[in-house]
Amino acid sequence: MALTSTRIIPAAVNRKGLRPPLRYSCRTPGYRRLGFRGLILFSFEHVTKRFGAVTALEDLNLEFQAGTVNAVIGSSGSGKSTLLRLLLGLEWPDSGRIRIAGDELARSARLTIRQRIGYVIQDGGLFPHLRVRDNLALLPRHLGWPASRTLERSLQLLELMQLPMSVLERYPGELSGGQRQRVAVMRALITEPPALLLDEPLGALDPLVRFDLQQRLRELFSTLAKTVVLVTHDLAEAAYLAPRLVLMQAGRVVQDGTAADFIERPRSEFVRRFVAAHRNLPLGHAAGG
Amino acid sequence: MRSKALLLAILLLAGVAARADELRIGSKNFTESVILGELLRLDAQRHGLQLAHRRAMGGSAILWRALLEGSITAYPEYTGTLTQELLHSAPAMAGDASLGGTLRARGVGISAPLGFEDRYALGVTEQLAARLHLTSLSDLSAHPELRFALSNEFMNRADGWPGLRAAYRLAPRSIRGVDHSLGYRALADGAADVVDLYSTDPEIQGYHIRVLTDDRHYFPAYQAVWLYRLDSVQQAPALLAAVADLTGRISEDAMQRMNAAVQLDHRDETAVAEQFLRSQLPTTAAEPSGATVRAPGLASRVGRRTLEHLELVGVSLLLAMLVGLPLGVVAAKQPQLGRTVLTVTVILQTVPSLAMLVFMIPLFGIGARPAIATLFLYSLLPIVRNTVTGLSSIPASLQESAASLGLPWHVRLLWVEAPMAARTIIAGVSTAAVINVGTATLGALIGAGGYGEPILTGIRLNDLPLILEGAIPAALLALAVMAGFQGLERVLTPRGLRLRFDG
Repeated sequence: MALTSTRIIPAAVNRKGLRPPLRYSCRTPGYRRLGFRGLILFSFEHVTKRFGAVTALEDLNLEFQAGTVNAVIGSSGSGKSTLLRLLLGLEWPDSGRIRIAGDELARSARLTIRQRIGYVIQDGGLFPHLRVRDNLALLPRHLGWPASRTLERSLQLLELMQLPMSVLERYPGELSGGQRQRVAVMRALITEPPALLLDEPLGALDPLVRFDLQQRLRELFSTLAKTVVLVTHDLAEAAYLAPRLVLMQAGRVVQDGTAADFIERPRSEFVRRFVAAHRNLPLGHAAGG
Repeated sequence: MRSKALLLAILLLAGVAARADELRIGSKNFTESVILGELLRLDAQRHGLQLAHRRAMGGSAILWRALLEGSITAYPEYTGTLTQELLHSAPAMAGDASLGGTLRARGVGISAPLGFEDRYALGVTEQLAARLHLTSLSDLSAHPELRFALSNEFMNRADGWPGLRAAYRLAPRSIRGVDHSLGYRALADGAADVVDLYSTDPEIQGYHIRVLTDDRHYFPAYQAVWLYRLDSVQQAPALLAAVADLTGRISEDAMQRMNAAVQLDHRDETAVAEQFLRSQLPTTAAEPSGATVRAPGLASRVGRRTLEHLELVGVSLLLAMLVGLPLGVVAAKQPQLGRTVLTVTVILQTVPSLAMLVFMIPLFGIGARPAIATLFLYSLLPIVRNTVTGLSSIPASLQESAASLGLPWHVRLLWVEAPMAARTIIAGVSTAAVINVGTATLGALIGAGGYGEPILTGIRLNDLPLILEGAIPAALLALAVMAGFQGLERVLTPRGLRLRFDG
């Protein structure tokens, strides 16, 4: 049940009046067709990545289906952020293969891929010298969007993220932490990318703001047809936002399944302890789903 | 705005290039040489030939190189300097005929002697000479306690101190290198006991100096002569006529009197030269009297020098930005290459400015161009270093955030990195500009004009007001440049960067 409520059918998008992101033809390479449903969008095949003596990912095999919402959890240093950075071509694997919509990730395609994937980091990564509207307009301007289209889309996203219009004229330094993260999500979504990667997006926020924003994101994920990969160290947050959880430890996947699987059928002592550390938190949505 | 600045730079460069074609006389940076230069210029004018005179360009090496390279046509030289210093291959006491041959091979002509000799000598105060019974150079070897203050050129010339020291077995305990014109002052103030001097220096009388005789005949003959480019006199035979007018007519006594008139009576070199010409060549009537003597007013002098100075600083800074900013960007992106680039610019910075100017003469001749090239090289370090610092101090998370948007590098540079680094980069350009305003005063050594001109002349003539005429505007210009860049920084720093992040 949980899966059907969060996996979005394209018809729902059209009802919302959102434009399809790009026109496709049969000759468009796979990574340009990121929005296609039923496809395995991101796949890691025997991927190993080391930073000096530290192994971030060890012979990793993992797939993310198009249109699904996934959370990757684990303690710091488990390699979960590296996962996202590899997908964006910010890092390159030492061995193994990464495929996006079936095509092997190539250096020559990295700009196109980054443009088709929204990415939100912990502190938002907004540029302090640009007003919010200009932060939002960076990529659209490069893609040749007319200013009116950028503005129209910005206003749409403001409504979606429940921010007042006045925010557009502010500098990032004039926003609260929660507002900054909302703007960061807006910037990631501005060109309507089919995929959204979030790396601890709520990690630096205080609990109340975080609570609000969790709700906001959950609604967002369920109204937009996006492939979402969320990285967090917080099991409760992951379970609240995503039907599928991937727990990582020392560069390997230790369990992959629903929150209910994690609680009822932990596959190792580590998983049991990881879940036990969150036992007092409500896991309503995912557990009940 | 940017295209206008570029156009201005091109026009300035074109102007500099166009000026290279006229015939020019050079003179060394001491009074006698400047007077001789004026004599030739005025006499050539009498023959209907207009010459420019680059006054007080520097030492023998600079003038010699400038003549060979063609940026000057003629300058006054001394035979001893030629044989001992400039023509290393020539036999030490070569006859006139062989000297002429050697020079001809290099495209240089030499005139008959002008009539006086200006040899190097050492001198002490009459007082000291009387007390220690000093009459000749040999007497000095018994007094190693005497403090020597020798001009920098004399210290390093083959026919100067190194040979003299060996010939007379001198081993003074204290030797200091000073500018020639400061040596007499050091002697008068009691800061030195022995100085080097030229035998025609007027100070010999003024300061009551005993010239020590060269009893071992170490110093070679220093007949004053004209050197000129053979190709130029073919095009302008009037120059040869003017040179011939002056040979054999200037006695040692006359030269010493002209030197005294300039240096002790503070008369203008042009006026002194004109008076001499009128007395020697009574037909000098072609020129309207006083036309060249009248000095322009203070305001117009300072105005002209300000323009020259701004040209030196402005063009060099513009070129340094055109090269330094891209170099800084590359250095920031490729740390390994960056270290090499920074090392090279640091090495350039350690080359003394005078040496750098001399290196530039074979490449750019004399005048504004070599000075601009020198200032350009000095500007690179602050501009490159601050560009690297500015770009690499952008937080890694923001650099990555820009990369993850899928913007190509040049778009990131233009919209994200450059604005964030703007403050630091402007500070670098500002540092370069202020340093350039100061260093450009040395451009006067190679005829680049600017505020350095009165400063150098003032030092040569021991004329404080003249020094200030260059030093004060230079200081004011430096302050104005700094204020200008501070204003620019305020305008160009985005408001968002002045806010403090609270999170």
